[in-house]
Amino acid sequence: MQASFRTVVCLAAVLTAVAARADDLKIGLIAPFSGSETAGLEMDNGIKAFFKLHGDVVAGRKVIVISRDAPTPAPDVARRLAQELVTRDKVDVLAGHLFTPTAIAAGQVSTQSKTPMLIMNAATSGILAKFPYTARASFTVAQTTAPLARWVAKNGMKRVFTIVADYAPGIDSENAFQREFVEAGGTMTGSIRVPLDTIDFASYIRRIQDSETGGVFAFLPAPDQAKNFIKAFRDAGLDKKGVKLVVEGGMLQPQITATLDDDAIGIISSQHYSEDHQSQENMAFVEAYKSVSGNRIPTYISVGAFDAMNMLYKAVEAQAGKLDPVKSVEIWRNMKLESPRGPVSFDPQTRDIVQNIYIRRLERKNGILTNVEFETYDAVKDNGKQ
Amino acid sequence: MTRRLAAAACILAPLCYAIALPDYLVFGSQILVMALLAISLDLLVGYAGIATLGHAAFFGAGAYVAGLLSVHGWGEPLTGVLVAACAAGALGIPIGLLTARSGTLARLMITLGIAVLLYETANRAAGITGGADGLQGMEVWPLLGVFDFDLAGKIGFAYAWCTFVLGFILARFVVKSPFGLSLEAIRDNPLRAAGIGIPVKGRLTAAFVISAAIAGAAGAVLAQTTQVVALNVLSVQLSADVLVILIFGGIGRIYGGLIGAALYMGAHHWMSGLSPVYWQFWLGLVLIACAFLAPSGIMGLMAPRAGGRDT
Repeated sequence: MQASFRTVVCLAAVLTAVAARADDLKIGLIAPFSGSETAGLEMDNGIKAFFKLHGDVVAGRKVIVISRDAPTPAPDVARRLAQELVTRDKVDVLAGHLFTPTAIAAGQVSTQSKTPMLIMNAATSGILAKFPYTARASFTVAQTTAPLARWVAKNGMKRVFTIVADYAPGIDSENAFQREFVEAGGTMTGSIRVPLDTIDFASYIRRIQDSETGGVFAFLPAPDQAKNFIKAFRDAGLDKKGVKLVVEGGMLQPQITATLDDDAIGIISSQHYSEDHQSQENMAFVEAYKSVSGNRIPTYISVGAFDAMNMLYKAVEAQAGKLDPVKSVEIWRNMKLESPRGPVSFDPQTRDIVQNIYIRRLERKNGILTNVEFETYDAVKDNGKQ
Repeated sequence: MTRRLAAAACILAPLCYAIALPDYLVFGSQILVMALLAISLDLLVGYAGIATLGHAAFFGAGAYVAGLLSVHGWGEPLTGVLVAACAAGALGIPIGLLTARSGTLARLMITLGIAVLLYETANRAAGITGGADGLQGMEVWPLLGVFDFDLAGKIGFAYAWCTFVLGFILARFVVKSPFGLSLEAIRDNPLRAAGIGIPVKGRLTAAFVISAAIAGAAGAVLAQTTQVVALNVLSVQLSADVLVILIFGGIGRIYGGLIGAALYMGAHHWMSGLSPVYWQFWLGLVLIACAFLAPSGIMGLMAPRAGGRDT
């Protein structure tokens, strides 16, 4: 009797476990996890920080993350992974994407299978238009660059030289900067696109010197490039001659600033997120992130993942546990969030994110080089596809 | 007779895969694409003895041609593959002429250089190719006007399989023909081959063109089933991957490509699913172990080549 009772209890436990499993809310996360790229880890930690603050159960459903590795921008890999996540693992939502080509490939699967998708990075303008069930919780490079150009023009720099990495985001930032800066009355003294693997900047610095420019805008987000360019800029004494350096914030991510020294203090940058952002939401996020990641500093990629989770939870709660693709997108396009980066809303037409862009100065704070925000451009839209 | 059986098994094995693993058809069609690419590389490396590090150039050219055709309003898949194969074959003419006139190490440099050149051109010509963002907006029409490419990849798989079979039969026909035998003669001793009257440079160029056309067809199928083309189809990484697949499966044996692609990509897929962060370590271990335990590939273990040199 005793034994059979135990069997029944065991069986019941197994059955409820199985039942709970069928009811799980599954997220298919496609991002680079292997190799030198840390974005997958940053997204994963952003999700874990969200779980820590808000729990891993929403509207009675346990949230499960199924991670898949897409180490390069190869769309065929992403399409295959997305298809298997949808048809085999039966995920409720697709997410992730560091690179634009993988977001596009998975976006096609999202459209074909009517699976909602949340992009956590992939910052090229205008990629949402063809994918009706997709929203983006990150930013576009044009969005973060344009306010910097306006700030530069307003603060007395009339002649600026741009130097960007020669790939799509670099070209986006170059275009956005030049367009805004010229519109605000500035003059371009020149522009260079640098191959992504260049780490010797001597000849480029020389060209910048020869142009007798008043300021330099740079977007070189690869860690080696950022570090070497900033060093070359200082070594050439350009800052002492009064040439100002302004950069897109991707160039001063925490993992890059950790390798810089005091020479870099004072560099102005613009972006949508700094770990130093002064708000309740951000304090809680940074603390949770540090505790789940072994004391790492959150990046703009992790905050993208955190906010995507927030969007997901809000949509699931509003539909009492369901995640209908049409209704979810309807919710997302009208959503307003209090994010760790500040207030966030969405453009109802394009579904793209609308957010504050902050102008920051690199300072040493509590012993760490930190981007300290000192001016805000409110509710900036993406204007990259004009 | 056994050779015929082996060929039939090679053609039918993918169908067994489709029946056994119906949830992995997209993956299956990508294995077939890589297998076809590896077979086309085998014509060059295994039969003609031309070492190349730039085979992705033809694959990528085919992919971009098919992609651009469908972006600009011609989404018919079959003609797309045909045009892509012709374009890749045409690209093979100058490269074949160059490599036929140079030594082994120079060939590595030439093919690598051309692949890098094409990669950078595609990266630079963002207005045409989409650059690093990838070529977007492909509209591929239904196969034969009837079968729409579905999410589960059934049509895509059938399509990839048909292309694979055609490419495989063509490659097999080539290597069994007198032309193929003359390639082997050139591989084993170009001087003596010339001595007995084989036009060495012409044959090598022709082999290059055939191989390039098959690789281009493979690239076109991948582009049409993925419906995005990105720079990775032209990358040196892909050229290296397909060479590894071929060595893994067995060089100079027309079946090596399929076996290598299935095992290499299967291992890759399985390991990266188990451990998204550390899988490359395990895959590397497997490759090193294979290089020691099966130096002439899986095919070499299964069927040592009678009388031939085992490389």
